[in-house]
Amino acid sequence: MAKKVLGVSVAVVALGLAIGLYVANWATSFPTTVSASVNPPSAGGGTNLTLQTVGAVGRKVSPGNPDWVSYLVKSNGRWVHSTIYNVPANSIVHVTLYEYDSASGLRNALFSQVQGTVGGTMTVDGKTVSAVNPEEPAHTFAIPELGVYVPLPGVSEAEEEKDFCEEAPCEPKYHHRTITFSFRTGKKGRYRWQCFVPCGAGYPLGNGGPMQTLGYMDGFIDVV
Amino acid sequence: MSSSPAVGSGPSSGEPNHARRFAALWLVSTVIALPLVILLIGPLLGPGNGSDQSTLQRTDMTVLAGVATPVILLVMTMLAYSLIYFRQEKGAALEGPAVRGDARIQATWIIVTSLIVLGIAIFGTVELEAPDGAGSGSGPNPLTVPSGPKLPVQVIAQQWLFTYRYPTYGGVETSVLELPVNETVEFNVTSLDVIHSFWAYKLGVKADANPGVDNIAYAKPTEEENFEVHCAELCGIWHGAMKSKGSVVSDSAFNTWIHEQQTRLAPATKVLPTYSKTYNPEPTRRAE
Repeated sequence: MAKKVLGVSVAVVALGLAIGLYVANWATSFPTTVSASVNPPSAGGGTNLTLQTVGAVGRKVSPGNPDWVSYLVKSNGRWVHSTIYNVPANSIVHVTLYEYDSASGLRNALFSQVQGTVGGTMTVDGKTVSAVNPEEPAHTFAIPELGVYVPLPGVSEAEEEKDFCEEAPCEPKYHHRTITFSFRTGKKGRYRWQCFVPCGAGYPLGNGGPMQTLGYMDGFIDVV
Repeated sequence: MSSSPAVGSGPSSGEPNHARRFAALWLVSTVIALPLVILLIGPLLGPGNGSDQSTLQRTDMTVLAGVATPVILLVMTMLAYSLIYFRQEKGAALEGPAVRGDARIQATWIIVTSLIVLGIAIFGTVELEAPDGAGSGSGPNPLTVPSGPKLPVQVIAQQWLFTYRYPTYGGVETSVLELPVNETVEFNVTSLDVIHSFWAYKLGVKADANPGVDNIAYAKPTEEENFEVHCAELCGIWHGAMKSKGSVVSDSAFNTWIHEQQTRLAPATKVLPTYSKTYNPEPTRRAE
């Protein structure tokens, strides 16, 4: 009898420990913060943020959720799986974004217009635009508190069929859109940013999974 | 002080009539506290005087505080009285006398508390709807509609942002809410995805945003001020961040602002769907 009680007790304690460790790991796993690189004054000053969006992040980057869509950020020449970015206060941030995912369209066409960027424009493959067709975006980069809303046109179906990057980090050899824009930061603070395209494939309304998990399609801009 | 409580029995010789003394204390404290609560605390209660509806809600809160005051005092006075008069002497280890059922007290207790709770429930429910549906939204067919002209503003909730559409200004949609002072606003609240709740606290408006439903609430802002809009329905990871800024401005400032928005957002307005009370955007390819 005593052996049974001891056995059950040990099993319960072990299970409790395992659950505790899992919860602790989950609660403390937070994407690393990546700082924007400084842009020399000769090149216009401010800071640079280089991002890419991918249709499937892959096992190398995210073994738990390889099929999830995600953002990645470039840090010291390497692509890092993070959505928390440090940028200086009261400065200009130049964003270069490589969009490797395919278009899925906006739920709210308001976000088809570029808002809150310098000049109210962005460039797509070198061409300056202030709005896109609401069906074109694969994602958006939006910082609501700063009034920044940028639609990110995806690759076309034909391009997707030809060669589609299915595992991050994606290389330039795959079809992609190159998007650039700049925005100004204000006072110090933590501002959330998110994608407004419901791009969580396979989830109700497309807003589950990567849309609801920090580190994929949403994050923070830490203005420091 | 006495260590022999007179619960459940009449006053014994030399023992004061606790029931009478307690009732007198409670009555006096209530007579003193009630006007203070109504006159001093009432004006400090939320949501404020930002709109006709929020002013009415402040009155409702004052009524509820007024009803609660005698109840709180009953409990607090009983506690204080018991601590003073029914305190057990040091070292004594006596059980109090057994308390037997008293049909009169029990009946009074049940009837009075039932009346208070039911009264508050009915009052609260009526007042949620009465100030032009501001407290809850009245669905697509409001029971009460304020008279006079109204500015329709559609509140569109989506994970995780409120946007606002002004159908009488070319259907322009903005991500900030600006309203003219002293003009009745008809909020048509809806959602593009899950259930949200539009809560403009200072205006006294809180209405659920349900997909496929036009939930109507009215408010007449009476003070030029800035306010915040929050989502009041747990709606996902960024629910806590789903807030936006709003402001009530003069008529002329509103006109200037809305015309600026019409110009600035013309490209987006051009591709927005035709104004409708609700929207049912098709599930996207990725979400299927």
